[in-house]
Amino acid sequence: MISSTSETILSIEDLHASVEDQEILHGVNLVVKEGEIHAIMGRNGSGKSTLSKVIAGHPSYKVLSGSIQFKGKDIIQLAPEERARIGVFLGFQYPVEIPGVSNLEFLRVATNSRRKELLKSELDTFEFEDLVKERLKIVEMDPAFLERSVNEGFSGGEKKRNEILQMALLEPVISILDETDSGLDIDALRIVASGINRLSQPSSSTILITHYQRLLNEITPDFVHIMADGKIIKTGNKELAIELEKSGYDFIDDNAKEKEMAE
Amino acid sequence: MKSSTFCKEWLDSLPQNEGYLKNEQLIGREFLLEKGMPSKKDEAWRLSNLNKLNSFLSLPTIIDSEDIESTSKAIFPEKDENRERIIINPNKTPILNIDLPNGIEKLSNREIEDNLGKIVKSTNIKNDISVCLNQASSRQLLALKVKRNFNQSLEIVIPSIEGKSISTRIFLLIEEGAKLDLLQIFTGNNNSAQNHLIEIKLESKVELTHGLISLGEEKESSSICTLAVEQSEKSKYSLHSIHHGWDYARFEPRIIQSKGEASTIIKGLQVTKSKEQISTHSLIRFEGPNGKLDQLQKAVASEYSHCIFNGSIEVPQKAQKTEAAQLSRNLLLSKRARIDTKPELEIVADDVRCTHGATVSQLQDEELFYLLSRGIDNKHANSLLLKGYYDEVISHFPKSAGKWKFIEKLIQDKKK
Repeated sequence: MISSTSETILSIEDLHASVEDQEILHGVNLVVKEGEIHAIMGRNGSGKSTLSKVIAGHPSYKVLSGSIQFKGKDIIQLAPEERARIGVFLGFQYPVEIPGVSNLEFLRVATNSRRKELLKSELDTFEFEDLVKERLKIVEMDPAFLERSVNEGFSGGEKKRNEILQMALLEPVISILDETDSGLDIDALRIVASGINRLSQPSSSTILITHYQRLLNEITPDFVHIMADGKIIKTGNKELAIELEKSGYDFIDDNAKEKEMAE
Repeated sequence: MKSSTFCKEWLDSLPQNEGYLKNEQLIGREFLLEKGMPSKKDEAWRLSNLNKLNSFLSLPTIIDSEDIESTSKAIFPEKDENRERIIINPNKTPILNIDLPNGIEKLSNREIEDNLGKIVKSTNIKNDISVCLNQASSRQLLALKVKRNFNQSLEIVIPSIEGKSISTRIFLLIEEGAKLDLLQIFTGNNNSAQNHLIEIKLESKVELTHGLISLGEEKESSSICTLAVEQSEKSKYSLHSIHHGWDYARFEPRIIQSKGEASTIIKGLQVTKSKEQISTHSLIRFEGPNGKLDQLQKAVASEYSHCIFNGSIEVPQKAQKTEAAQLSRNLLLSKRARIDTKPELEIVADDVRCTHGATVSQLQDEELFYLLSRGIDNKHANSLLLKGYYDEVISHFPKSAGKWKFIEKLIQDKKK
């Protein structure tokens, strides 16, 4: 899917960001072009989830310096809902339960917000039901989940399927999927991964944040990045993920030691 | 003005009753003359805005022909096909201007004499001013019964009159084995006041679903409502109430399970804005074993407003094996708003399961971010979250109650 003429979707330069006055990201650089699938791996606390929240515009995270450009436009000043409408999608590691808010209504309102941005007509209840039923097939989800409150009482796997369902409805330009594979059994992982593969378009791109190589057996990334201490310290292809699976993250410490020695 | 002088002046302004309510009026007058109006020293009124109460009492109670004409012009949503509607228009005699549905009829004189005032007396609390204010001022009585084993739906609408104070007295007897789906709607008007005293007697094996939608909406409208319910054994009572838009409102539901062995569900919601004050003071008493209670009281306060909840549960020695759960959940939407919540559990019986809890929180940031991250704008996201918050109470109302547009009103206010 990658070609030299591909448009850059996301360009992050020297991004520093903090939460609760503690700097977590110490200069992240990342370029994602259309059609590309990137995987970001790293230990707990390396800054992966923070990066995803900062891109999505979570108000608790403060950008200290650097830039995040979406299709050439700086989005740091945009509110989270504005980022979502232009096509930035964050698949949550822990999807939030919202009691009393119907999943179907939530999905419809969200879909219409995105459609409005795309200058498509808003869908009424009946039209939306047709669309959602069709998209449910992508994640093999029971329509009964539409009648329930958003994520309330869903199992871990059902929550993640609901995230991918949202991705299917919103048709984002870039999807950042934060540990979408965590808490999934083998079957659920396969269903979720197949959904992500089906939704991949030559004009869209995906960032997978994951701990494990097993997701990458299902979805082949074009690039694998390793994050440590709030930076991307190494970039490679799928082989890097395989290597990581074999030898663990110890090499990061070895690299750091070597660097220190050299200095 | 001194409380006692104010009280006497108010009592003197009230027309004298005849008939069943004559004696009731005497009881109310006597009590108020002796005790006077409530003060901050009375625990049940400690947090009450007494200036607002005085404004309530300063409104004239005499209804003239102009008032009757204006209330008769009020437009209400179309009534349900399967639910008979009674509109209580003050001074309209007789109060019942409709054909009662099969299975519901007026109480006989004997039945009124036997029952009126007894439930409220058995739920008597110290310094029972709300009740006495109504007894002193109510001039009309709506007394109905649902006949044994009948299954009926009923709607009772009580509109307010601009610039006036009205008092209504209602007594419902629901005979053994009957089922009633009752929807009551109170609506406010500019500078108006309402005072209601409702007594409901549930004989054994009765099922009563009681929705109460109390919407002030207009400027400076006030409401005081005492609801006294007596449940016989094997009866089921569920009360779902919403209070919204009143400058001052006080709701006192009191439920007695006279022999235990009954089930009570209470889901209440009060929503305030501006400088409004809305309070709920509930009392549930178990007079026998094996009673069940599930009570949820929710409040949402924004701007400078004030919500109050006092929830008493009494479980005496004879009420063994009682299972009672009370939860007060509150949402503070502004730093200047105030919420007071106080559970009061008096448990003497030793073999019971009683729980209570209270939370005060704000709208959850993570929930809000989740919605925003899907492209939903801030206002709409807040509306969805509030609707979700209200859902535990409003989902229990019959679908047809939606025509009173209360959900839209609850959400619209908070979006401003």
